Amino acid sequence: MKFKTRFFAYPYLIWMVIFTLAPIALIVYYAFTDKSGAFTLANLTSALDPAYMGVLWRSVGLAFLCTVICLVLAYPAAYILSRRKNGGVLSVLFMLPMWMNFLLRTYSWMTLLENTGLINTLLQAMGLSTVTFLYNANAVLLGMVYNYLPFMILPILTALQKIDHSYIEAAQDLGASPARVFLKVILPMSVPGIISGVTMVFMPAVTTFVISRLLGGSHFMLFGDLIEQQFLTSGNWNLGSMMSLFMMAIMLVSMAIMNRFGGDTEGRGLI
Amino acid sequence: MKRAVKNIYMGLLLVFLYAPILVMIVLSFNSGKSRGNITGFSFRWYIELFQNEQILQALYNTIVIAVLAALLATAIGTLASVGIYALKRKPQALVLNITYLPIVNPEIVTGISLMILYLFMQLELGFFTMLLSHIAFNIPYVIFSVLPRLRQMDSNLYEAALDLGASPLYALRKVILPEIMPGVVTGALMAFTMSIDDFIISYFTSSGVQNLSIYVYSSAKRGIEPTVYALSTLMFVTVLTLLLILNRRSARERSAAKV
Repeated sequence: MKFKTRFFAYPYLIWMVIFTLAPIALIVYYAFTDKSGAFTLANLTSALDPAYMGVLWRSVGLAFLCTVICLVLAYPAAYILSRRKNGGVLSVLFMLPMWMNFLLRTYSWMTLLENTGLINTLLQAMGLSTVTFLYNANAVLLGMVYNYLPFMILPILTALQKIDHSYIEAAQDLGASPARVFLKVILPMSVPGIISGVTMVFMPAVTTFVISRLLGGSHFMLFGDLIEQQFLTSGNWNLGSMMSLFMMAIMLVSMAIMNRFGGDTEGRGLI
Repeated sequence: MKRAVKNIYMGLLLVFLYAPILVMIVLSFNSGKSRGNITGFSFRWYIELFQNEQILQALYNTIVIAVLAALLATAIGTLASVGIYALKRKPQALVLNITYLPIVNPEIVTGISLMILYLFMQLELGFFTMLLSHIAFNIPYVIFSVLPRLRQMDSNLYEAALDLGASPLYALRKVILPEIMPGVVTGALMAFTMSIDDFIISYFTSSGVQNLSIYVYSSAKRGIEPTVYALSTLMFVTVLTLLLILNRRSARERSAAKV
């Protein structure tokens, strides 16, 4: 039996309508109207302009690359952590940077990579010439991998820790080689963790505009930068709203794909 | 041999994760402005940090907004949870799904849509709108940390209080609240941490008024200043402390839940 306390929710229901539903409704409204407020599909056609689509694909591609790199780096780390006795302490060490403000994390890479920065000073000291690291796709990719790597390690680690060890023992007893145990038992059972990790890395990576602005400079644009520009610089809310809808659509599509694979929501609790 | 490879791999990853943070902490105590060479230990940047009006104002905004947003979001969110818990299955699922929206929506879209809302309502962007936004994105976290507690509690207690003549509000305060308190406090701490850490939503909903994240962003666009290293070091230590508290709480909760 539940309590009859439904009315306690009423203030929040009003709040929810104003601060969750109305903003989304406004985005949809602006996306399908012109400056005078008349219905139009013009924003859709301008958003589909090859120049904008190029930026969109670049964002998706870069986020995808970042996700793959994170997965390749994170899986062995999570696997090693799950088999360590002192794994607890060590995994806290891996999670800590996740809690540092991501602007500061990005800022710290600017310090390392800039032309007069630490790495270039070291290069010069060794008699080498300076390298321009900043303001290109690689710098942005590095910033993304650095920022999102812990988000990949955590859910995979959680999934690996949940595997009942008797399955592994059973496979070994039945004569499976270590490689076969990994491929046939451990890897399939860690898939939910991989799926959550991929979601937790891909989603923020595809929507970022800060990392690209700081490490990529003002000429290297991602889709997030494009949206920001429509609202804060060009003042074209209608086009910007349509682009925001695109971004929400990417989110929905990728979440639907992840859900099909049976994502595990547990590891997400920490963010 | 295999063990050595593993250790080297983990070591390299940790270096990758911590090198930038350590470099910032070290440079925050460097007496010179150069990032290339260490010229000596000093508190110069910390002193400059606390003399910088703009940073102090941003710090003030960050803390005041985080405290107010955490308190208000906790109040609204806790009340909401008690109400949502009492809803029938279908409306409850609907409300929870909508509540989940701000958590899954891209932050940039949340920020922009709130900005449009405020301008539509003819509110001037600034401190107040930033506060409203923080309350808005904090509430879901409060609700999702209070609801599990409600599900654990014995619902007959509330009925009994009403039967014995308590008003619903009195019963809420004296019966329900003490039972769900751990969830409420965890929710409030989480809200506070999220609020301190937020950049994107604040950036879009507060033209001109800065919190610390906005300050860092705008100074990064101008070029690097060592005062920001000092600021980062302090912020890192603060978040670390908050986390330790939060972690100990949830560890205790987990062991309490097992009993």
